[in-house]
Amino acid sequence: MNANDDLPLDFQENDPTWALQAHPHSRREFLKRLGGGIVIFVGFGGKLAGADARFGQRGVPNDFNAFLRIAEDGRVTCLTGKIEMGQGPITSLVQMLADELDAPYESVDILMGDTDLCPWDMGTWGSRTTRFFGAALRAAAAEARGVLLELASETFRVPVSRLQAKDGVIFDRKNQKKRVTYGTLAKGKPIARHLTVKPELKDVAEFRIMGQPKLRRDSLEKVTGKAKYAADIRLPRMLYASILRPPAHGAKLRHIDRSGARKVAGVTVVEDGNFIAVLHELPDVAQQALGRIKAKFDVPPATVTDENIHEHLIRVAPIGDVAAGGGDLAKGRKLATRTFETTFFDGYVAHAPIETHAALANIEAGKCTVWASTQNPFGARDQIARAIGFPGERVRVITPFVGGGFGGKTGNMQAVEAARLAKAVGRPVQVMRTREEEFFYDTFRPAAIVNIRSGIDDSGRMTLWDYEVLFAGQRGSEHFYNIPHHRTTVRPRGWIGGRGTHPFATGAWRAPANNTNTFARESQIDLMAMAAGADPIEFRLKHLDDPRMIRVLRAAAKHFGWTPAKSPSKRGVGVACGIDAGTYVAAIAEVAVGARTGEVEVRRVLCAQEMGIVINPQGATIQMEGCITMGLGYALSEEVHFKGGQILDTNFKHYEIPRFSRLPKIETVILEANDISPQGGGEPTIIVMGAVIANAIHDATGARVRRMPMTPERVKAAMR
Amino acid sequence: MANTISFRLNGKPVRLRVDGNRKLLWVLRTELELTGTKFGCGHGVCGACAVLVDDRPVRACMAQVASVGGKKVVTIEGLAKDDDLHPLQKAFMEKDALQCGFCTPGMILTAYGLLRSKRKPSRDEIIRGMDGNLCRCGAHTRIVDAIQSAAAEVKQADR
Repeated sequence: MNANDDLPLDFQENDPTWALQAHPHSRREFLKRLGGGIVIFVGFGGKLAGADARFGQRGVPNDFNAFLRIAEDGRVTCLTGKIEMGQGPITSLVQMLADELDAPYESVDILMGDTDLCPWDMGTWGSRTTRFFGAALRAAAAEARGVLLELASETFRVPVSRLQAKDGVIFDRKNQKKRVTYGTLAKGKPIARHLTVKPELKDVAEFRIMGQPKLRRDSLEKVTGKAKYAADIRLPRMLYASILRPPAHGAKLRHIDRSGARKVAGVTVVEDGNFIAVLHELPDVAQQALGRIKAKFDVPPATVTDENIHEHLIRVAPIGDVAAGGGDLAKGRKLATRTFETTFFDGYVAHAPIETHAALANIEAGKCTVWASTQNPFGARDQIARAIGFPGERVRVITPFVGGGFGGKTGNMQAVEAARLAKAVGRPVQVMRTREEEFFYDTFRPAAIVNIRSGIDDSGRMTLWDYEVLFAGQRGSEHFYNIPHHRTTVRPRGWIGGRGTHPFATGAWRAPANNTNTFARESQIDLMAMAAGADPIEFRLKHLDDPRMIRVLRAAAKHFGWTPAKSPSKRGVGVACGIDAGTYVAAIAEVAVGARTGEVEVRRVLCAQEMGIVINPQGATIQMEGCITMGLGYALSEEVHFKGGQILDTNFKHYEIPRFSRLPKIETVILEANDISPQGGGEPTIIVMGAVIANAIHDATGARVRRMPMTPERVKAAMR
Repeated sequence: MANTISFRLNGKPVRLRVDGNRKLLWVLRTELELTGTKFGCGHGVCGACAVLVDDRPVRACMAQVASVGGKKVVTIEGLAKDDDLHPLQKAFMEKDALQCGFCTPGMILTAYGLLRSKRKPSRDEIIRGMDGNLCRCGAHTRIVDAIQSAAAEVKQADR
């Protein structure tokens, strides 16, 4: 298959002339800012717009999708609205650009998440960077290469077909003395090219830089302390803000006495309705002064807690939609000789990046510049503009390194607060959340319930699958097994509940919905395998048609050294598989369970993954390892405790994220699949962690844990 | 209440007039503009703010600035000698032992303390020694690998 088949660009819908007329001044201004050289623009449209629903809609500057610039010194700058939060596009995007452009890998710099310089982007999430933006970037690079070849052809008066580009140099195949560097070609010409013809992307066989394992490009800055995160930016006269927060979501400010804070030398108190902040030249002094404000809040009575939340959710769940289905459920029930009804539960989980949300805002000459830790700088720009009444082009968001996001840095509340305060005091203002604020304002992964009714016939074949998921969301809810009579109901499709659902905000958390759905589905499949007296891998294979899934399962079994057995085999081994962001994952884990304590020790996790063409095998491997490690948390220990709108877990003392001592032996296998375009890599592996551990616990003890996290208490209770 | 506090910071003498009760973390990050030391939790439970005080890792969010008077403080910015990276820094790079990088300064300086107390720690000793440092990206296995591989180098380069 040609890689071009998956290029999500529709060039018919791209009309550069319209775009050029729409913003002639800003376009000139933009080129000036970039500093000349050759700039390649690509218009979004068509398939890409469909893939990213908001592309091409109002407010998207069609003429500013500059993807790369070749400077007169030959250095190439990759421009992207994507951001680096650890997941590694700072390396993989450069690999893609350098390879398609035939430029030396070392000659490419990358500029990320600056709304004044980078192409518009919806946000860095959903494992979309490589799958969708990557394809567009490669097209831009291939186009740039075409432009350079044309320029060289004019210079040498030689047809393009006789020229070859390699390592940033173009030469005449018939006369290799005729050679010119990209930098020389870019000299003195601000050329802006719009992609009009669909460029030929390289085939995997032609890759020189893509497909090579590359170390991170940002590690030198990160090991020397030079890497700047949002809270590390310093400006003259800047102030640090501490903001008054309610003790619970839904609490109303009743009385406030700020006199104590005002007594602290150098303090400024800003008040705008219920938005009250204490500002000082020293962050810790601002925080202390905030503590001297006496505020009384009316806290609404707590009706829901982490104990009764599921009853509440079942009460308020919408009827929902059927997301998938086939056959006839009544028939499936009839064919089944044994049916299984199980309910699975999941709790709220925090993102808990080590960097709390931070932003620094500065307003100068009518322009507001905000350095923010955000996964969606363009969204932040629009939110800030609305909040301070500036037009969008008067707001610039710059994204320095982001210290972890996982779906949690998309609200941009801190960036808006910093901008409001900077406007109020006329000085640069930094807002950096305390850890308590970070937990309080997090958009948690929602608590959820999954009900499954399934059945098998006498021959051990699945005949029935009736699945409904409450509040986790649709992603990963559809099964991929060969079951003739089935239905999947989502109540609702999204992971953000409506009013009256959750007592605080919920949102996307690494592979949203899929962690909960894979936990439930793969636990239920295991339960049926056991009833059928079958080995859990053989049982799965018997019900699979999808060659990609069959392949990862077989690979996992082979690399793990799986020997078939009926569960529970007392060996403590379990299997789970799933699909996320176009990537297929199968994992096998080995656990030991304390008979008296219920404590689960995960000893070994092996994961096999097929993700299409692999751009950076090193980065992909590291994402798999990270997912396995992070996934131990939601599986075993992470759960947000709360009483109504009051969050009881406010720091890492209570909220247990995985530590070194939790580490299993981790093995990863990436299967070659060069006939499939690149798929997602940042999230997929994490989806199997709940189920693979639950199934291994069952294999060890015969106990089925139906609620995550699988704390020692819950494991003990299941064993009784 | 302002006090005069003198100490050596990354090899250079520093004299500050500050309230000695303030936490070292904020003085480093604000007055001294050394932002490599990170705020993570404010309670000494995540390790992102670890710095070396007389060669021992200390949580800067808990330490009063007065407590380092007359001592030797090294932050991540001061670990490399000129452009010569410390073996731990090199190993973290070679093993890709970081993702977002936010916990990295604290990890490296905690590992420095570990290697000073134990020249050639076993894998289990590294895990125990690092257990109080949190990483959310899941770089743990690579961090352990990096510390193990640096241990051999540190022996020679120890200064």
